Amino acid sequence: MKTETAAIDIDRGKGDFSYPEAHVRDAGVGLSERTVHYIAEVKEDPDWVREFRLRGLKTFLEKPLPTHWASKDLEAIDFDKIRYYLAPGTEPKRSWEEVPDDIKRTFERLGIPEQERKFLAGVEAQFDSEAVYSNIKKAVGEQGVIFVGSREGLKNYPEIFRKWFGKVIPIADNKFSALNSAVFSGGSFIYVPPGVKVKHPLQAYFRINAESFGQFERTLIIADEGSEVTYMEGCTAPKFNTPTLHSAVVELVALKGAKIQYITVQNWASNVFNLVTKRGLAQENAEVKWIDCNIGSRLTMKYPSVIMKGRKARGEVLSIALANDGQHQDTGAKMIHAADETTSNIISKSISIGKGRATYRGLVHVPKHLKNCKNNTECDALLINATSRTDTYPAITVRGTGNAVQHEASVSQVSVEQIFYMQQRGLTEAQAMSLSVNGFVNDLVRQFPMEYSVELKRLIELEMEGSVG
Amino acid sequence: MPSITNPEVAKPGSILSGPDEMREFPDWFRDQQRAAWKQFELLSQPTRKDQAWRFANVSLLDLSAFKYGDTLSETERATILEQSRGLKDVSGRIIFAGDQLIERVVISDQLKKRGVIFQSLERALVEHAELFRKHFMSQPAKLGSAKFAALHQASVTSGTFLYVPRGVEIELPIEIFHWLTGENASAFPHLLLVTDELAKVTVVEHFRSLNEQAAGFACGVNDLVTGPGAKVTYVCSQNWSDKVVALQMNSTMVDHDAAATSLNLHIGSRYSRFESLSRLIGEGARSDLLAVAVARHQQEFDARTLQDHVSPRTASDLLYKNALDDRARTIFGGLIRVEPHAHFTDAYQKVRNLLLSDDAEANSMPGLEILADNVRCTHGATSGQIDEDELFYLRTRGIPVPVAQRLIVTGFLDEVFQRLDHPAIAEHLHRLVEEKFSKITVE
Repeated sequence: MKTETAAIDIDRGKGDFSYPEAHVRDAGVGLSERTVHYIAEVKEDPDWVREFRLRGLKTFLEKPLPTHWASKDLEAIDFDKIRYYLAPGTEPKRSWEEVPDDIKRTFERLGIPEQERKFLAGVEAQFDSEAVYSNIKKAVGEQGVIFVGSREGLKNYPEIFRKWFGKVIPIADNKFSALNSAVFSGGSFIYVPPGVKVKHPLQAYFRINAESFGQFERTLIIADEGSEVTYMEGCTAPKFNTPTLHSAVVELVALKGAKIQYITVQNWASNVFNLVTKRGLAQENAEVKWIDCNIGSRLTMKYPSVIMKGRKARGEVLSIALANDGQHQDTGAKMIHAADETTSNIISKSISIGKGRATYRGLVHVPKHLKNCKNNTECDALLINATSRTDTYPAITVRGTGNAVQHEASVSQVSVEQIFYMQQRGLTEAQAMSLSVNGFVNDLVRQFPMEYSVELKRLIELEMEGSVG
Repeated sequence: MPSITNPEVAKPGSILSGPDEMREFPDWFRDQQRAAWKQFELLSQPTRKDQAWRFANVSLLDLSAFKYGDTLSETERATILEQSRGLKDVSGRIIFAGDQLIERVVISDQLKKRGVIFQSLERALVEHAELFRKHFMSQPAKLGSAKFAALHQASVTSGTFLYVPRGVEIELPIEIFHWLTGENASAFPHLLLVTDELAKVTVVEHFRSLNEQAAGFACGVNDLVTGPGAKVTYVCSQNWSDKVVALQMNSTMVDHDAAATSLNLHIGSRYSRFESLSRLIGEGARSDLLAVAVARHQQEFDARTLQDHVSPRTASDLLYKNALDDRARTIFGGLIRVEPHAHFTDAYQKVRNLLLSDDAEANSMPGLEILADNVRCTHGATSGQIDEDELFYLRTRGIPVPVAQRLIVTGFLDEVFQRLDHPAIAEHLHRLVEEKFSKITVE
């Protein structure tokens, strides 16, 4: 156990470095039809994907920024100064030995060790926009699980992925899903055959390296009838002075009786705009669960959603957000009930430190003529300093008599008595504060896979450093 | 839909033809009205995309049909006087029909003495110009209806001015009646209530329609100024006809150690939007915001609130309950805002929806914006239906289902009335709810 803890030592400080860029393919700066054609060319997209990209571009240019409800900080993104595509120009590597040395060094610094492969079923690490390393353990492959990059998925398995690609999150869902549709590259495509229960979590690390470079990965996970899969995603990014844009689209499809768990630990550098659209579709008896931790970035806007389309489908979002100086964590959840007896649960905990701002934005929709739908929402916010800020903006629509919905939120600060008690026992004020904050999120963290909960606790400790005194 | 301020749409007598220049007002007031009218024309019509109008049926806000009230006939006047009865014991009463002052009665001695001013707005703006100018619409309409607040300011011609001087406690409530008469009539009710230090007063406002089938438009603004240590209770009993479109914008200022309580009951109207701003500006201030809505048919009740904690050590508590039947809709958009440095805030907000039919729709948006750290703020929103166990229990006691349902619903709503701590008013409001339910059973 101890060795494993040491092995996954991911922290912001260690991610704060970069190597000389040596990109073979580069789409230049700014976004136009030319950029889209260039990406389609390089990626050897089939025609329908190219058309999909062009439609995405058109929609992106047409849609206004959603600043009538969202943060005005969005206006700070200069879309003309972003590089929309660059890749090392290499095919995804199959074995660890083939991975270039400098990239290996990056992983080393991140604490993604070779040993970890023993535990993890497959590692799909995205360095900039192209997957540089991709390996699924034999066992998973033999079960018929497909775990590939987005490009490979669309090219080699169109009959599986085309059916759901862009269906859960249509191009025009929002401005940033449209942008992603136009320039997406990288990300994971996963298909789990009927009845297959993937024992180990599938994992991918995403990193941003090139300055002024947006990362637009696209992930699609399809769990066929009765199957189960857990996907984990962790992010760190080197720090740069120019704002960087990360705008992913993640679509999950849980067919009848399937279970998908999607875990994210987001720790982008504090100049990254992280504008992500994540949505799952749960059919009869299926379950989609999002576990979402946001620690880094300048502005995160992310509201994982579940559409419960089949009877007895379940949706769950567990969310932890930590906002430090200069950060705005605008996170939340959406639960769309579209069938009888569907249940959803949202638990959100946020911590605001220094001048940080944490926002919960939620939507629960129970349309008419549905019976026995249930939603439970709990939002708790913790404020550490006098300059910290927290907001809660839920929107709940309920029609009809057969359903029960409850929402609760509270805001509090760390109790002075608790801190005093711990100081009395010899802890410093900072240690006491850190312990108290960890206690606040503990019941949520405990639901995470073990190594993620350790990692998360470390991240929180690091963020708490220097917040008191 | 053509622009509602298009002069070609504005028929003679329409409220969209601008302020009525025939009235005799002081120049400064007339200038204010003209400026407000410009503001009204300048501001754009709300759309559902505006966060402040999310979920609202904004298409109901076409005002082109509505016109200024005609003069009353003698029989109408007599009927209004006869029907303007609310509570049994009051200290004073003032009655308006289509913004015309019909009657003002001063009953209690407390109201007559020691500098209490209880008069019409048009007299107050001449006789007490200084007080009036200081407080009249001093708070900008922050909750979405700036355009309609401007329309109100441009069009208001009458209303109630009530000033309670230092230390004066008026025991019995003061009643205000506003009547809409005739088809497509409009009213711009205004209450300017100023209490000085340690004063105490209760005001009950009744909104009613003479003709229960007539469409109409009401656009009211209330300024409720609660002085240091004062205690103000404001009750609104909204019972317009079911075809009326009504907008009401209330702002309450609560000074140090003062307590303000408001309760809004919504029975009538097609669409009624009620904006309540409560600003806690002095230490020790407390504000209680209560509301009950009984929505049926196609009624839509749209409540927007802001509990604005400006000063440290202030408390606010909101409880809104809605009972929805048929195809009715309710919207609750509430925000607790704790300004920087407003430490030791204690704020609470709760909205509960009871859905009685499959087509009813309840939208809740309880919000928090906290910019100080030493606070206790919680909110909750629930939506559900009648508990089967409760119903079963009542049936085992021999109570038929419709009666049992009514008992459960009125019991659910009565909790809010009881928070007023004023049995006579609670009883009156309860009766209005009962009347509405008895109408449902007849149909």
